[in-house]
Amino acid sequence: MQYLMSQLDVLEAESIHIIREVAAEFERPVLLFSGGKDSIVMLRLAEKAFAPAPIPFPVMHVDTGHNFDEVIAYRDRRVEELGLRLIVASVQDAIDKGLVVEQKGRRASRNQLQTVPLLTAIEEHEFTAAFGGARRDEEKARAKERVVSFRDEFGQWDPKNQRPELWNLYNTKIHRGEHVRVFPLSNWTELDIWDYIRREGIELPSIYFAHTRMVFERDGMLLADLPPANRAEDEPAFEAMVRYRTVGDISCTGAVKSAAVGLDEVIEEIAATRVTERGQTRADDRASEAAMEDRKKEGYF
Amino acid sequence: MAAAPTQPRMDILRFATAGSVDDGKSTLIGRLLYDSKSIFEDQLEAVERTSVDRGEEYTNLALLTDGLRAEREQGITIDVAYRYFATPRRKFIIADTPGHTQYTRNMVTGASTADLAIILVDARKGILEQSRRHAFLTTLLRVPHLVVAVNKMDLVDYSQEVFQRIQDEFTEFASKLSIGDLTFIPISALHGDNVVERSVNMQWYEGASLLHHLEHVHIASDRNLVDVRFPVQYVIRPYKSTDAELHDYRGYAGQVAGGVLKPGDEVVHLPSGLSTTITHIDGPNGPVAEAFPPMTVTLRFADEIDISRGDMICRPNNQPRSTQDLDAMVCWMSEARSLAPRSKLILKHTTRTARAMVKNLHYQLDVNTLHRNEEATELRLNEIGRITLRVTQPLFVDDYARNRLTGGFILIDEATNSTVAAGMITG
Repeated sequence: MQYLMSQLDVLEAESIHIIREVAAEFERPVLLFSGGKDSIVMLRLAEKAFAPAPIPFPVMHVDTGHNFDEVIAYRDRRVEELGLRLIVASVQDAIDKGLVVEQKGRRASRNQLQTVPLLTAIEEHEFTAAFGGARRDEEKARAKERVVSFRDEFGQWDPKNQRPELWNLYNTKIHRGEHVRVFPLSNWTELDIWDYIRREGIELPSIYFAHTRMVFERDGMLLADLPPANRAEDEPAFEAMVRYRTVGDISCTGAVKSAAVGLDEVIEEIAATRVTERGQTRADDRASEAAMEDRKKEGYF
Repeated sequence: MAAAPTQPRMDILRFATAGSVDDGKSTLIGRLLYDSKSIFEDQLEAVERTSVDRGEEYTNLALLTDGLRAEREQGITIDVAYRYFATPRRKFIIADTPGHTQYTRNMVTGASTADLAIILVDARKGILEQSRRHAFLTTLLRVPHLVVAVNKMDLVDYSQEVFQRIQDEFTEFASKLSIGDLTFIPISALHGDNVVERSVNMQWYEGASLLHHLEHVHIASDRNLVDVRFPVQYVIRPYKSTDAELHDYRGYAGQVAGGVLKPGDEVVHLPSGLSTTITHIDGPNGPVAEAFPPMTVTLRFADEIDISRGDMICRPNNQPRSTQDLDAMVCWMSEARSLAPRSKLILKHTTRTARAMVKNLHYQLDVNTLHRNEEATELRLNEIGRITLRVTQPLFVDDYARNRLTGGFILIDEATNSTVAAGMITG
């Protein structure tokens, strides 16, 4: 016996260790679940971490109100299957209460507006740890973030003052009013996520696979011709065969042209792609070189 | 049902890179990512744009690894960054540690999980004080494999003599340290010589390229598969009254820190010292016949013993030390306060957390000369020393040299909750 483990087994073990550690040491954890592929994998890992007992914490979705119907349906179905409590932190509510102001113009997006409802809900429910599905390979600011990442009483991330993380030991000490974000998928890459989805036979929302829909082009990205995207008259809509590589707010998530209707074809395309998922399909990260860093400092995912 | 994996079985190699920007560390990482096609077009375009904006002659691959705004503005690296790439043989996780500020703290952090460390040496400058420091920290953290990459060979006319001189000097110094596996590779990160492909400019070098070495270095034996150690992390009790079978279910979840466990094995629970037998081992994908590091599993036992988080499962004839007094090397990581005798701290070791007091500071170690300063009265940021600690409850420990997971601990400031030190148990 050589006692070998594949890379997916090692990553799975690491993530489960992190999830259990946080559940053991924090009084009120919550798992951020958007119905996107990363949070779907994270939820699957949480399920495994406590089996045969149920997941011992609720899940929360920060709902921009501009989500794809297929994704919301998937979210609700999955939550029901697992018998979980779902908390929805609504951007619309925050707008109605005057906590945030809707952006203007054709590129208006509710993506950045998620930070306030997220932090408000964390405070309101007194959550002390929030699991997020972010990966370090996604973005260069994320490459520097800890697995258990401290947030002060304002929910802010201070990249220059992070706690060193050694071996598999995580510092889980916080004061009242502070919280941590926990990233069990830190060491997974996009391709690891897809390989794991295939290995586990995990179902995904249908928009991850090629389908026909009305789209239009903006800033070199294909956006769905749905009301939140604010298509202007000089942006003609056309029918195309597309799939989504990431799933976020309709107003800023681009589709890619694809004929990949099955998981194997999708993985084949992703393995061959020469563009990052955020560069290809997220308008919010194209704003500037430090767009993600700036949002994260304020308390974004 | 889970489908069979269609990917070939790959394992993971975690490695840390040590060196400063001047040694070409970022260029080397950029080169590994670029030549293994792990850099995407949009990332490369962003780097090319920035290089042009800065008036640089060629695409500065170092820019690929600088993540934060302040780093790009100041041309420095602030913190440990993690990078990922894969070849058909292996997945690689790079802990990229900066060379100057906070150096020791970051390198210790990066090295703590590394299977291998790469120390970069500038061929023109030879072995510097910092090369010795890097080598020492690598051995202090017990990184099993060390590669000395002699970089900028293009600037010394790819001279075998220069390479040989550096190798000899380093080997002599290394003989004072306990280095398990030491490899020297002459490279030019800028031009790619011996990084991915064997260099045509150094026919005299008969070894493998750096990437080839990273792909093939044998790491499966680096784990401790001898001493069974299972720190209990989480007790799973489903309490489903409707399901009779689950009603009595008591599972003890955790990550195997050492040895191989099998159903039927007789084990001892610490601190009680009571024996029982493993009846079931459940992995993430169902029952398993064997559990070994770093698997996460749930154990079930034949007898009802009071077992909680922080307890340890081991074998009757092979137990860790149960002690409240620890001798350890510590690396102090706090700028705000120093370590001195009678300092009170929180200690986290495996899944157990206790309060600790520093009884003694034996010496502070100069990481450049290895000189022991026994007159030292405190340890400050980035200083390393040997201490004795007294903890409020027994810990189940091994020497760090024997097992990194049951021999390592962190210290946390009671007031600020900052992680202020990394400790390696020596006795």
